Amino acid sequence: MSTAHPAVLHHQFDTLEQQKESATLGMWLFLVQEILFFGGLFMAYMLYRWRDPQAFAAGSHELDITLGLVNTVILIASSLTMAMAVHSAQTDKNKALVRYLVATGILGLAFLVIKYFEYSAKWEHHLVPGPNFHFPELAIDGRAEIFFSLYFAMTGMHALHMVVGLVLLGWLLVPAARGRFNSQYHNPIECFGLYWHFVDIVWIFLFPLLYLIGRHYHGAV
Amino acid sequence: MSSEAMAAERPNYLNATTGLKSWLLTLDHKRIGILYLLGVSAFFVLGGIFAMLIRLELVTPAGDLVQPDAYNRLFTSHGVLMVFFFLIPAIPGVLGNFLIPIMIGTKDLAFPRLNLLSWYLFMAGGTMALGGIIAGGVDTGWTFYTPYSSTYTMTAVIPVGLGVFVNGFSGILTGLNFMVTIHRMRAPGMTWFRLPLFVWSHYATSLIQVLGTPVLAITLVLLVFERAFHIGVFDPTRGGDPVFFQHLFWFYSHPAVYIMILPSMAVISELIAAFARKRIFGYHAVAFASIGIAVLGFLVWGHHMFVSGQSVYAGTAFSLLTMLVAIPSAIKVFNWSFTLYQGSVSFQTPMLYALGFIGLFMIGGLTGVFLGTLGFDVHVHDTYFVVAHFHYVMVGGTIMGYLGGLHYWWPKITGKLYPEFWGKISALLVFVGFNLTFFPQFLLGYMGMPRRYHAYPEEWQVLNVLSSAGASILGLGFVLPVLYFAWSLKKGPLAGRNPWGARGLEWETDSPPPTLNFDEPPVMNHEVYPYADGEPGSTSGMKPASAH
Repeated sequence: MSTAHPAVLHHQFDTLEQQKESATLGMWLFLVQEILFFGGLFMAYMLYRWRDPQAFAAGSHELDITLGLVNTVILIASSLTMAMAVHSAQTDKNKALVRYLVATGILGLAFLVIKYFEYSAKWEHHLVPGPNFHFPELAIDGRAEIFFSLYFAMTGMHALHMVVGLVLLGWLLVPAARGRFNSQYHNPIECFGLYWHFVDIVWIFLFPLLYLIGRHYHGAV
Repeated sequence: MSSEAMAAERPNYLNATTGLKSWLLTLDHKRIGILYLLGVSAFFVLGGIFAMLIRLELVTPAGDLVQPDAYNRLFTSHGVLMVFFFLIPAIPGVLGNFLIPIMIGTKDLAFPRLNLLSWYLFMAGGTMALGGIIAGGVDTGWTFYTPYSSTYTMTAVIPVGLGVFVNGFSGILTGLNFMVTIHRMRAPGMTWFRLPLFVWSHYATSLIQVLGTPVLAITLVLLVFERAFHIGVFDPTRGGDPVFFQHLFWFYSHPAVYIMILPSMAVISELIAAFARKRIFGYHAVAFASIGIAVLGFLVWGHHMFVSGQSVYAGTAFSLLTMLVAIPSAIKVFNWSFTLYQGSVSFQTPMLYALGFIGLFMIGGLTGVFLGTLGFDVHVHDTYFVVAHFHYVMVGGTIMGYLGGLHYWWPKITGKLYPEFWGKISALLVFVGFNLTFFPQFLLGYMGMPRRYHAYPEEWQVLNVLSSAGASILGLGFVLPVLYFAWSLKKGPLAGRNPWGARGLEWETDSPPPTLNFDEPPVMNHEVYPYADGEPGSTSGMKPASAH
């Protein structure tokens, strides 16, 4: 080969461009499988809400819409900082890259902390499915459990993806701080950005489906 | 010393580095293929032992070897190990890994580290499942139907379910890796329609793995959640819907059947071309048939639920859609047959497996059309007719293709020739043993013998004894290749680059190939399968290196 093999170019690729295209395509395919993964949960949601809309509305009424809204704003803000991080990497602004990555991480952590308080409130109110489950409205008691089963399964899976995202973020911060990324080589940042935006979009669907559907509900069954 | 003999002493992927660590941390797709070979073989042996115990119990009508509880564990363990840890990973993991980068003329898969991770996920998942089987077993059947699996059984559903979950990500990542590799890593001149059909079929397989497996993953997560944390998703006493579990499960697990059969079809296309000395007839049709099977495979899952409380309209739609899958499958079989027509056909071991595949797959496929027919399915539902049908597809299809491919590429993988005579004997034993094992099961099922019972009325004993006798012949047919493959590693003659006189980039590099596959980056400047008309077949058998 006439040109030298750059250090960031893995042995199986011929050019940096091929490496970048492969990484991006791989990330998109990974997100496709993520959509199918969450798709099973959304399918369950559709089926059971169609079967018992009242129980879902009543269950939704028990969620804390303020905390949900705050978390939605936090996640959208983190998507903005993430997009700025990618932009900084593409334009050789290394200090800005590190700053935006740290900001994204802090916002992600804030989301999880708020989620933790939401979960513990549910636990105190006996809204965690299982033997201790007890819904305030007796008429709905036996039927609302499935709403909370899905609430915990869906937001739990989403939170798990946030945790994975934060771990990856920490793992990327090291090379970012050492100035490894630049306009020539930044696909790890870009791929991580795709992942982060995807996890945000999942929440954008979860928030209305879980928190907002019951806003018009006033207790009548 | 001939040039090929010297080639064998050149550095290759096997002798480039040594030591256990160089294997366990390898990023070389060929070595990872070997790791898969060891892994899937181990699970195949275990699954086979469970199968032999089942057949042993069924020799007599009474339940004398095992009690019902143990029998439930036996067929569950057999199914789980064979489906998830042998049939699904076998051909993509071993042959796909080894061959796809070489066939498209590149140095490795797009993501070598991810590839190694896939193998570790496969082994971790297998170990978890095996741990569950040892710790108490599972008695739900490989389908884990709820609410029995999530609420009532006392057996080790959680470790086995999580094992299958973890293994699922091995398949997803392998499929993702293959797809990116095929899209982005092809050698100059290797256009989509110059790809060997092996690659096309693996692409279709990868499509299913990436799109289907995550649905199984989330289904198993919900099952484990329901069992461990008592959330209610599938258990009707907690507001769940057990039929919903079946929908989600089969949304993956029917396409999974095509994850098993498409790689086998991938192998068969290569074998037919090589041993008929002809370009595959209707190359484009066969390529698109693979994609067609992958796409249609997602639209037929409801045919597993004709008697599960699914509406009759859904049943009718699924029945019709199911029959559509027969079209691309038949396109393949017809085109392989046309390829043989006026070909220079020679009957070496891989070709015997390939021809066996065509016959057995036809029976398996056509009985699939029977079962897709609503009225007939209601009659034979959950009988041995179904068992025989899917074994014709999975064993007669997948394992025939796997063994055929393993024989065909063994000289490339190891650089050594196996004894052709014993190869042919094993191919015949497998074919005869297989038919003797499973054909009687069609008859038993048609007469009404239900699956998953350890005892049966006396009038069915003759057919059951025949089936068990066939299973022992089949077992012998599987043991033989282990023995002579092992022998060939030590004493087999050197293979040389192209012992079959076949076409394809994999035959233009050393056997075994160097670590980066080619000395010079290859350029594809001709069509695929460039066999000259009337080119003589290799009727004299494999040509060892010294015979050139």
